[in-house]
Amino acid sequence: MGATPDRSVSISQPQASGQPVGPPPKDTMGTSESPKISLVTTSQRTPAWQRSLFNADNGFRGLMLIAALAILGIVGLIIAELMQRSAMAWHAFGMHFFFGSEWNPVSGGFGALPFIYGTIVSSLVALVIAVPLAVAVAVFVTEMCPKPLRKPISYATELLAAIPSVIYGLWAIFILVPLLRVYVDPWLMRYFSWTGLFAGPAYGIGMLAAGVVMAIMIIPIISSITREVLVVVPQPQREAALALGATRWEMIRMAVLRNARAGIMGAVILGLGRALGETMAVTMVIGNNPAIAKSLLAPGYTMASVIANEFNEATSDLHRSALIEIGLALFLVTIIVNILAGLMVWTVTRGTPARTNA
Amino acid sequence: MPNRQISLRRQLTDYFFTGLAAGLSVVVVGALVAIFAYLVLRGAGALNWSFLTQTPKPVGEIGGGMANALVGSIMILGIASIFGVPLGVAAGVYLAEFGRNRLGQLVRFTADVLNGVPSIVMGLVAYGLVVVPQRHFSAFAGGVALAIMMVPTVARTTEEMLLLVPHAVREAAFGLGVPQWRTTLSVTLPTARAGIITGIMLAFARVAGETAPLMFTAFGNQFWSFSANQPIAALPLQIFTYAITPYDDWHRQAWAGALMLVILIVGTTTLVRFFFMRRMLGEAR
Amino acid sequence: MATAVEVRDLRAWFGKTEALHGINIAIESKHATAVIGPSGCGKSTFIRCLNRMHETNPEATAEGEVKIGGNDIYAMPAVDVRRRVGMVFQKPNPFPTMTIYDNVAAGLKLNGTRNRKTLDEVVERSLQQAALWDEVKDVLKKQSGASLSGGQQQRLCIARALAVNPEVMLMDEPASALDPISTAKIEDLIFELKQNLTIVIVTHNMQQASRVAEFTGFFLMGNLVEFDRTEKIFTNPSDKRTEDYITGRFG
Repeated sequence: MGATPDRSVSISQPQASGQPVGPPPKDTMGTSESPKISLVTTSQRTPAWQRSLFNADNGFRGLMLIAALAILGIVGLIIAELMQRSAMAWHAFGMHFFFGSEWNPVSGGFGALPFIYGTIVSSLVALVIAVPLAVAVAVFVTEMCPKPLRKPISYATELLAAIPSVIYGLWAIFILVPLLRVYVDPWLMRYFSWTGLFAGPAYGIGMLAAGVVMAIMIIPIISSITREVLVVVPQPQREAALALGATRWEMIRMAVLRNARAGIMGAVILGLGRALGETMAVTMVIGNNPAIAKSLLAPGYTMASVIANEFNEATSDLHRSALIEIGLALFLVTIIVNILAGLMVWTVTRGTPARTNA
Repeated sequence: MPNRQISLRRQLTDYFFTGLAAGLSVVVVGALVAIFAYLVLRGAGALNWSFLTQTPKPVGEIGGGMANALVGSIMILGIASIFGVPLGVAAGVYLAEFGRNRLGQLVRFTADVLNGVPSIVMGLVAYGLVVVPQRHFSAFAGGVALAIMMVPTVARTTEEMLLLVPHAVREAAFGLGVPQWRTTLSVTLPTARAGIITGIMLAFARVAGETAPLMFTAFGNQFWSFSANQPIAALPLQIFTYAITPYDDWHRQAWAGALMLVILIVGTTTLVRFFFMRRMLGEAR
Repeated sequence: MATAVEVRDLRAWFGKTEALHGINIAIESKHATAVIGPSGCGKSTFIRCLNRMHETNPEATAEGEVKIGGNDIYAMPAVDVRRRVGMVFQKPNPFPTMTIYDNVAAGLKLNGTRNRKTLDEVVERSLQQAALWDEVKDVLKKQSGASLSGGQQQRLCIARALAVNPEVMLMDEPASALDPISTAKIEDLIFELKQNLTIVIVTHNMQQASRVAEFTGFFLMGNLVEFDRTEKIFTNPSDKRTEDYITGRFG
């Protein structure tokens, strides 16, 4: 509250009583354009009670504060809701819920292990495919490519992030899955079945399909964070490597990637966080089979998918509660992963404004 | 000379990795092109007037459209915005103008964490908060789910944009005797207006494509509905429902719906980024 | 006395702006040559042309002839030039993710040296030459390059550059970011190094130039105004502009 200094010493009324003073002294500025600024301070004009509690500034700040607290409230609500409605399943199964592999709504036995397995494996497949691609794009755009290409390529990569999940799913069902079934899966089965990862009939849908479509979806976020941490590497580091006689790739390896290691790790974990929570596209191609299979070509199920598929058709309150418990687990896991990732990226970029994960 | 040989190997390695990075970048851009190409290929044909004006026909019959889904999406987004935008902007104002303290840090951190929460969880929460007490699905519940998603996003972008307003602008107002609240409302916010609107529209575009949170809240509807208190169709939901059925005609319509959705979302994002960003950068000078 | 670096008609540009207007200079082998001049006169640009670092800036171009040890540096890959011409920068820039040992060995490993024993020997020799060995010999592989003090980091960078055995060492204001004691140590170092190595040192400190270098070149606005023995430049310069700079009338 910027108070104008009291220049009128002729006011004789006492201030201490808090009574409003008499009419303000005449404006002594002279020019006809000068604003009629009262030279009496605000604190002399406003009664004490009004000053201390109800002034508009505090009210405004209070309102904004409520909105900010709403964000904390949202998290509280989420946790409260999920915990409350999963209580039934928690009491029924306890910790065994996360280790049981039998998911049978009919008999009332609910074990979430197949979904945990499916979530982890599909996310890992997605990372294995996405990380090399995303880092390659980031390195190419920041260190290698000619200037005019930079914007288009990075824009194209960001555009991938704007496409909704359900559309990825649609594309995956009708384009990706037939491609996998006809060309890729048989090839994998022929040459790599010794790994044990590519066996069984090739339906096209399954863990691999889910992993591939998830990979495309997480490439933008891994790539853009990686780009940020690469750009932050100081130029003198690059020059030091070049001055020793390094080729451009050696310089990138020695001075850029090495220095950005922690940040790239953070970007990868952020990508993992995004993959863990991916719902629609995965649901449409994972095959919806609550079983643990070694082969990546086999249909599976993820935590998000089973909720999406079964929630509305839930046969009992216990069923619904079990699904919500899976939701709670998913919530906690993604929060932890995202916090971890955020910490790693923050230590490298130190205070650049946070990005929304869109 | 041994030096020459090593030089050659290193040179080749340099070329190899450059080529690899370029090639993989082509693959990524190619994926984008592939997705858009098929959207247009498969969807453009079915995107006609009847598609935009009719409701779904009964199972097995050819024809019909997604008009109700389009209207439904708009309604849900409207409800979400009514709750999400004011709350988000206000929270952003708090973070930018009053939030340089521990509480502000906590809120900021929480907002960032919330942005990473899977949207299906939001749907579950809205289910518990709205659908269960009301005992029915509704557009309102869908709006609540999306609003919960919008608030942290809008808050953070609003904060970012407000922080870009130079402190000198605020100080000019303070120096004139304008109180803090008035300054924020009449000076700071309008200065950051373009950026804040950008942020809102980007949040908008992001939730417009969400399906999972609507599955247990809005639920979907084969018919017209203009009531906030009843289940309602939404574009992404309808696309999903059609895609997993075995009917070719519905598949065609799913592609058309997808094309429309992508045009709306990507169009909004692009327009907003180009025009508002440019204007905002010009104004801030 | 042999010429280590021969420069004929060197011009350099940043985009459309010409920064060096035809430099001709012959730098004596196994001596130190100082390059002095006011800010923006092109001294850094000049030495960065000598190891082709100038062109790492995408907008930068250069023309003319530069021969090192008789070889035209534009006729060989830039990578080879930089191996034979070492550079120390104004601000020390050790690799923070590498240990002291790895920092010094970095250049060697790039050139294909894998042998443990060879690496150990060269690292020790280089750190000795850089007068850093005694201070770090116990923590070679335990501490990162960035954990040292400013003066130590700069000596580490010198050791790193020395490890690949260059013919010429370029130093771009190597002591300007350091305290007086470290500066003195670096100057002592240059005295030692120039017995085996040709040194070109950019400095804005004229006392340093007169302490350290036998020859001095005075640059002004992209031109080499005068190049002669250091005593002559500082006591009896031929060009009025040189005299003005020396006596402090500008710069």
